[in-house]
Amino acid sequence: MDGTFSLLSWGDTGWSDDLFWGIVTTLKVSVSAYLIALVFGAVCAVGKQSSWRAVRFLAGIYTTVVRALPELLVILLLYFSIASGVERLVKALGLAGETFQVSPFWAAVVALAFVSGAFLAEVLRAAYLAVPLGQIEAGLALGMHRAQILLRIVAPQMIRHAIPGMGNLWLEMTKESAIISVLGAFNDLLYVGYRAAAGTRQYIFFYGLTAVLFLMITAVSVWAISRLERRFSRGYR
Amino acid sequence: MEALARVLGFLPSLLAAMPLTLFLTVTGVVFGLLMGTVTAVAMVYGRRMTAWPAKAFTFAFRGTPLLVQLYLIYYGLGQVLPGTFIRHSFLWPYLRDGLWYAVFALSLNQAAYNAEVIRGAILAVPKGQIEAAMSVGMRPFTILRRITLPQALRLCLPVLTSDVIILLKSTSLASTITIMEMMGTARMLQRQSLLIFEPLIAAGLLYFAVVVVLTRVMTVVEYRLTLYRQPARPQQG
Repeated sequence: MDGTFSLLSWGDTGWSDDLFWGIVTTLKVSVSAYLIALVFGAVCAVGKQSSWRAVRFLAGIYTTVVRALPELLVILLLYFSIASGVERLVKALGLAGETFQVSPFWAAVVALAFVSGAFLAEVLRAAYLAVPLGQIEAGLALGMHRAQILLRIVAPQMIRHAIPGMGNLWLEMTKESAIISVLGAFNDLLYVGYRAAAGTRQYIFFYGLTAVLFLMITAVSVWAISRLERRFSRGYR
Repeated sequence: MEALARVLGFLPSLLAAMPLTLFLTVTGVVFGLLMGTVTAVAMVYGRRMTAWPAKAFTFAFRGTPLLVQLYLIYYGLGQVLPGTFIRHSFLWPYLRDGLWYAVFALSLNQAAYNAEVIRGAILAVPKGQIEAAMSVGMRPFTILRRITLPQALRLCLPVLTSDVIILLKSTSLASTITIMEMMGTARMLQRQSLLIFEPLIAAGLLYFAVVVVLTRVMTVVEYRLTLYRQPARPQQG
């Protein structure tokens, strides 16, 4: 047992520091991907309500197709196409020199966000529809601008309806970010666990530890989400 | 046009891998439903000694990435099993194949998600019905078998349906533990043909087709199982 725990020392001989930075990387990827997914989701949710048929159609295609394909497949597809696509685009527009390169980190983050965005769009759309139409009409009757109605009437009420779904998707995101370990280009938590397990042949120990660390991320998130939920639904209970 | 021809060229070998994907999905659904129901019953009706392990099981398997579970089961059992009696038993030829580890991991994962859904549905069955069953003298197990579970399972059918689709997509992760289902085959074709996108796009088309068919099938199943809820057909004549 002593031998196993010496594997956990901090520094070159042990894996504690690697695992710690693995958690940091996983959280960094999850947070950035989640924020970008919010943008994708919001744009798509607005698109689904659009009065233009073509926009509605495109938004529908995005959510249907992305939600029907395995995450691993979408991420592999996008990871390789985003980097080269954006590089070509930026160079063609003359925005950057020939040495310009998209970092693999952002390619992976955008790929993750693209997947999550499709699910977030549905959550946001449902939350928007949960706001009674009469309130929006009342806002219009008072002579508010559309932006004012969105900011003062719709958004505050949407948040309350959206938080459970958004919380679930955050939990999904922290777990989904483990998929990027398959790319082998990032030292995220699972990839560090994989290297540690393969390097020391202590598979149960290191994969078990990885699982426990992921559980800790989940447990803290669940706690934080329930706090947020309570805060945003005050006045309703 | 050429690219399209290349995509179509990959379809036959991917189609040949589809039965394996479906096999993983079906076994996951069946075992997941069985274990999930048992776990849900343990969570709702169990005393502390049965409810607690059931809750720990669902928390652990819902709180960690499926990829970690796959690695833990595949590499972890691979580390332990050869040292036990199983090495010399009739099971060994099967256990050298990664497939059974994937079936095991996917079933456990699915069971954890199903358990939580079924638990909610059991609690949603009207109390009056259970009291009525008790008053006609049914024993607790009979009530469970004839009153509670049939209704609970019908109540949560829509959620179970979307879980089946999530499971189908998750089977793609089995490709990371050497299983040549559709995703594994697509990645092998990538390496053989040195094409990045075409095999993935071909696989994506097939996954999409399966999801569309599966959604249709589940709609029919749901309709047949909830005939009592459908509006009555207009009387003939």
